[in-house]
Amino acid sequence: MRTTYREALRTAHREALRRDPRVFLMGEDVGRYGGSYAVSKGLLEEFGPERIRDTPLSESTFVGAGVGAALAGMRPIVEIMTVNFSLLALDQIVNNAALLRHMSGGQVSVPLVIRMATGAGRQVAAQHSHSLEGWYAHIPGIKVLAPATLEDARGMLWSALQDPDPVLLFEHATLYAAEGDLAEGAGAVDIARAAIRRPGRDVSILTYGGTLPKALAAAEALGREGIDAEVIDLRVLRPLDGGAILASVRKTRRAVIVDEGWRSGSLSAEISARIMEGAFYDLDAPVARVCSAETPIPYPRHLEEAALPQPEGIAAAARELIHG
Amino acid sequence: MTDQGSPQPASREHGLALLREMIRIRRFEERCAELYGQGKIRGFLHLYIGEEAVAVGALQALRPEDAIVATYREHGHALVRGIPATKVMAEMYGKATGCSRGRGGSMHLFDAATRFYGGNAIVACGLPLAAGVALADRLRGERRVTACFFGDGALGEGEFHESLNLAALWRLPVLFVCENNLYAMGTAIERHQAQLDLPLKARGYAVAAASVDGMDVLAVEGAARRAAEQVRAGEGPFLLEARTYRFRAHSAYDPELYRSREEVERWKQRDPIPALQRALREAGVLRPEDVERLEAGIAREIDEAVAFAEASPWEPVDDLLRDVVAGPASGGAP
Repeated sequence: MRTTYREALRTAHREALRRDPRVFLMGEDVGRYGGSYAVSKGLLEEFGPERIRDTPLSESTFVGAGVGAALAGMRPIVEIMTVNFSLLALDQIVNNAALLRHMSGGQVSVPLVIRMATGAGRQVAAQHSHSLEGWYAHIPGIKVLAPATLEDARGMLWSALQDPDPVLLFEHATLYAAEGDLAEGAGAVDIARAAIRRPGRDVSILTYGGTLPKALAAAEALGREGIDAEVIDLRVLRPLDGGAILASVRKTRRAVIVDEGWRSGSLSAEISARIMEGAFYDLDAPVARVCSAETPIPYPRHLEEAALPQPEGIAAAARELIHG
Repeated sequence: MTDQGSPQPASREHGLALLREMIRIRRFEERCAELYGQGKIRGFLHLYIGEEAVAVGALQALRPEDAIVATYREHGHALVRGIPATKVMAEMYGKATGCSRGRGGSMHLFDAATRFYGGNAIVACGLPLAAGVALADRLRGERRVTACFFGDGALGEGEFHESLNLAALWRLPVLFVCENNLYAMGTAIERHQAQLDLPLKARGYAVAAASVDGMDVLAVEGAARRAAEQVRAGEGPFLLEARTYRFRAHSAYDPELYRSREEVERWKQRDPIPALQRALREAGVLRPEDVERLEAGIAREIDEAVAFAEASPWEPVDDLLRDVVAGPASGGAP
């Protein structure tokens, strides 16, 4: 079945709303407008305004209301238009959603799903181009997912709704229009493990989300040169599937980490550290990283492209590890 | 509108119950202050002494199925809601038998059984939570009220304004109770708010509102009952401002440089506990031996709570990563 990432997400919402009366969706422009990325288009007509709720522009409060509704037994899906605006809701995510189970001694849980678009690549300039999922992956008490494929766009939402703890889903803005085939019966997927998207022997390319297609393109290019790259889609940024990372690196003995977040103090740094801790003596070369340049994301296309990880840069980093 | 109704207590029994709850909070917290001095209780300790009439009065309007979202100055609310003093005291100690299994301490008292959702210690962070709890009740068709307590400091936070707007827009059954003790920590309300008429602020968001003398427990009860009835009837949220005063420092670390001793003494003349005793005496329902009897019962309860906390075990360090996420104690990061 031909579909898009956006449609796969919409199907996942429709299914969740049909299967569980506790599920409802709220966020800015999710109803009449149809969602700023059109994910929820048509859902208001199908499920009505009680379950598809347009909110005022008040991220902290509608995220907090999601936390409260989850505390009280509902299964809210909160859409924050983009990760950039989630900064206005940091208090509710970090101080409430992530902590309430712990502070209450395990008495309450927050089965809340928060979805948001993330990432750059559409010339929308610095305030709309952040990739801050790595920040959220720092916080104990929440899970952080990054669906990068149609299967995960279709399947992660339901799995996230079954989780008794808050789950954040980061949807890279460049992926919504991605098109491909999805099995008719596609449904829930695991939200515990990384996935090997391309098996290989010579070098591990570890990535997630919007840079997965770029990593796969780099791997194809490397393949034409006789370098057999393995591409790991992390899928779950917290808790990281450390076992999958180490297994791949132990096999290929080389690792390139690709992360659209900035390099300093980043998720890529965490992954690199885990490789040092767990596979140092298996390495044939130092771990390499391909991240965004340490600059706010610029508006002009040529500068934006230069700021972000690109297939050529990823391939070059891999080549460097092999040929020195 | 100022809610001036100071009704007579419905009965001797009810009047004594209100008196007992206020004295109970007072004595419990006085003991907490002593225990703090002895190093038994650590961290922040925010005392409610002086403000007891607000929690005691307002909680009379709630039913068992209603919910409460409170602040870090919530010992009184927790006790009145029915969390046993033993479990509250053990929580103050950080013991495993505490109402939050010791993980929260003074600022994070929780009790799922009575829908007591904290113990929230970021100013104003409880208002959105309350809106959400109320939304859940509404979506399930339950006629329940969520009472949300916060201080005047919260008026400066965006979440106050956002939450009033959202609650009004969606007609959520939230009873917002502003415990206006005139200070946001050390900043007097006239130094942090341009508009001091709180009901006017609420009405700016289409939220019904009233002010009440927070040192008069009967007035608070009357106003809270009227407000809660309206909220329960589906008429949308209500903001009740209770004008009150904290007799003690903001927390144990506060040297109180920002207010005069005279001001504190003036407010102590309006102490809600003697005020209720006078009202009951004037109504002819307080007998000479009543207060002594109440005090004796409360002293026993608090002694038992302290003994329970002292005797309770510490949580083993092996359990450190428990209750971070559901399931095995992994801390969510294998």
